Amino acid sequence: MERNADVRVKDFSEVDLGLSKEEIIAEAQRCIQCKKPKCVLGCPVGIDIPGFIAALAVENFQNAADIIKRDNMLPAVCGRVCPQEVQCQGMCILGKKGTPISIGQLERFAADSTRDNTVPTCPKKAPATGKRVAVVGSGPAGLSAAAELARLGHSVTIFESLHEAGGVLMYGIPEFRLPKDIVRYEIDQVKNLGVEIKTNHIAGRSVSVDELLAFDAVFLGTGAGLPYFMGLPGENLPGVYSANEFLTRVNLMGANRFPENDTPVKFGKKVVVIGGGNVAMDSARVARRLGAEVTLMYRRGETDMPARLDEVRHAKEEDIVFMTQTNPVAFIGTNNAVSGVEAVQMSLGAPCEDGRCSFSPVEGSNFIVEADVIVEAIGQGPNPLLLRMVPELARNKNGSVTVNSLGETTVPKIYAGGDVATGAATVIIAMGTAKDAARAIDKMLRK
Amino acid sequence: MGTYKIVEARALSEAVFEMWIHAPQVALHAKAGQFCIVHPDGAGERVPLTISGTDGENIRIAFMAVGTTTKLLATLKTGDELRDVAGPLGMPSNITPGNETVIIVGGGVGVACTPILAKAAKEAGNYVIGIIGARNKDLLIFEDDMREICDELIVTTDDGSYGIKGFASAPLKELCESGRKIDKVWIIGPGMMMKVTSEVTRPYGIKTYVSLNPVMVDGTGMCGSCRVTVGGEMKFACVDGPEFDAHQVDWNDLMTRQRMYVPEEKQSMAYREEQHHVCRCRKVD
Repeated sequence: MERNADVRVKDFSEVDLGLSKEEIIAEAQRCIQCKKPKCVLGCPVGIDIPGFIAALAVENFQNAADIIKRDNMLPAVCGRVCPQEVQCQGMCILGKKGTPISIGQLERFAADSTRDNTVPTCPKKAPATGKRVAVVGSGPAGLSAAAELARLGHSVTIFESLHEAGGVLMYGIPEFRLPKDIVRYEIDQVKNLGVEIKTNHIAGRSVSVDELLAFDAVFLGTGAGLPYFMGLPGENLPGVYSANEFLTRVNLMGANRFPENDTPVKFGKKVVVIGGGNVAMDSARVARRLGAEVTLMYRRGETDMPARLDEVRHAKEEDIVFMTQTNPVAFIGTNNAVSGVEAVQMSLGAPCEDGRCSFSPVEGSNFIVEADVIVEAIGQGPNPLLLRMVPELARNKNGSVTVNSLGETTVPKIYAGGDVATGAATVIIAMGTAKDAARAIDKMLRK
Repeated sequence: MGTYKIVEARALSEAVFEMWIHAPQVALHAKAGQFCIVHPDGAGERVPLTISGTDGENIRIAFMAVGTTTKLLATLKTGDELRDVAGPLGMPSNITPGNETVIIVGGGVGVACTPILAKAAKEAGNYVIGIIGARNKDLLIFEDDMREICDELIVTTDDGSYGIKGFASAPLKELCESGRKIDKVWIIGPGMMMKVTSEVTRPYGIKTYVSLNPVMVDGTGMCGSCRVTVGGEMKFACVDGPEFDAHQVDWNDLMTRQRMYVPEEKQSMAYREEQHHVCRCRKVD
């Protein structure tokens, strides 16, 4: 059940309230328990989906949570932010003729309903191997690699540069989609496996490359934290933000509670968000909750937007104006602050290689949109801080670290997974590649 | 909470404070020109501050209490703890080993950055001339440190209450005009001071570095708040800097962005003033 748009835009509380116990049991009982379950093939971390659903169907919630945690230590997170419609749920056989099982809701319930249990169960751990692994970054990739390696018996230390663990789960995804207490709880579960998380430790700076290489293996899960800018005139005017900055100020530093919290953000009266992905939707919905009228500007058509359909729907319900086939050409300012965007209309042409429409500007169609805050959510790349210090690490054209199917980089002992290797993708794809790399590290360490 | 102990805290002047903090992972790796992020409590800002010195597992910072979080920091005493200290961040100063003559100019609280830099330059075999300045004698900091490290030290005060009367740019100009061999100049201080002072060396073609201090959030290259224009290109002061070629910096851009949150800073302080007032009333009750 979702909260009404006119109510939810007034706060940062969660939009989706989940399903009731009765609804969950009924939904779980609807699962036909396929012999060869397609849903599992659709899950990047390979959760035993029919297994946990069967446990829910007989009201054994703890068992359901334990089954999920064998493969995924972040079930409350994934139940909320995974694009299930194109993964497990998208593969569900019941979806062929009717409605697929709401696997995301079931996963979320299994995690949520057991969170307050006094004795949290911990997945079984293999005997200690005496091997030490350094994990760089505590986002979805780092946490998954660390959990997997710890379960396999290795001693794991995570180095996190920020003051709080969680990476994009903390600084990027807003509270109303992913409550931070839930993230903290699931991170504690990873710590309970024996993983040590050192916050305020910047790999390459607070921990030298030599210190990292003193470990038996290194996993890089540094994500895609470098914001891209459009390179337009007026971009440095106060009031123009990268989505990363805008979201970090609010999600990590609590700027929505300024001045109680001391990190400010421009709340804005008229906000323009540029982009059509999930980060753009998050930025627009945050700006809306800070009290602004929000326009989302996207260069192609709405059907070309990379954002999840649910996120587009949520944004529209929250009165965010979609200005599609429109691209900024300059930011305009008065009195040393941004006051608007000069934009141009785009005409769409034949589909490109990726299936989305090609586009070109319509000459002479320039117009101005007023705005006192602008958020650029046009994508992000890998943070170069550590990568620059290991020049032997081969990188792809888009800057991401080159890895093979095992997650091995071109430097012995160094593995990578998540956005730093795949380019900006989803939480669960990051977790999947990290888990694969962790298994490859385990194999290497046991040789 | 409370993992970074303040080993020593003291006021250098009415508004400038010095602190030694136990932060081994920062101290063991810090080099001249780098900074750290200090986050005193969960509600405060992440404040970027240049590392002014190291001693074993401790680092020294110096800061002016101007905003809400730095004012809070100023109330902390020896033995108190800070929630988070992260670093070292940024690129180290470009010190060349060998027999170079370098001039290190510090203005106001920017003088805090000079001892570690002067020491590194000296240890690299350079001849080091220091010029440190402040508005008046009371606001002058780290004179003793600099006198001990530098081969020559010149002190200026705006009001003439100590040293040479005037700005630090005057003795710098004299040195440039004297015909002495000068290989590199560092200038660290407020934006306007760096802008004006770096103009002195431009006609002489002397390589001049400034340490920029734009608004930051994470300090690790992930937000772009600290973007500055250098040589017509966008740079992130936190990972590409904080030191840049002074003669390539777009000062107007920097100073405009530095003033971005002035209204919010006032709002934040007014809010705290009010909170403080409420607290006192409650105590009286």
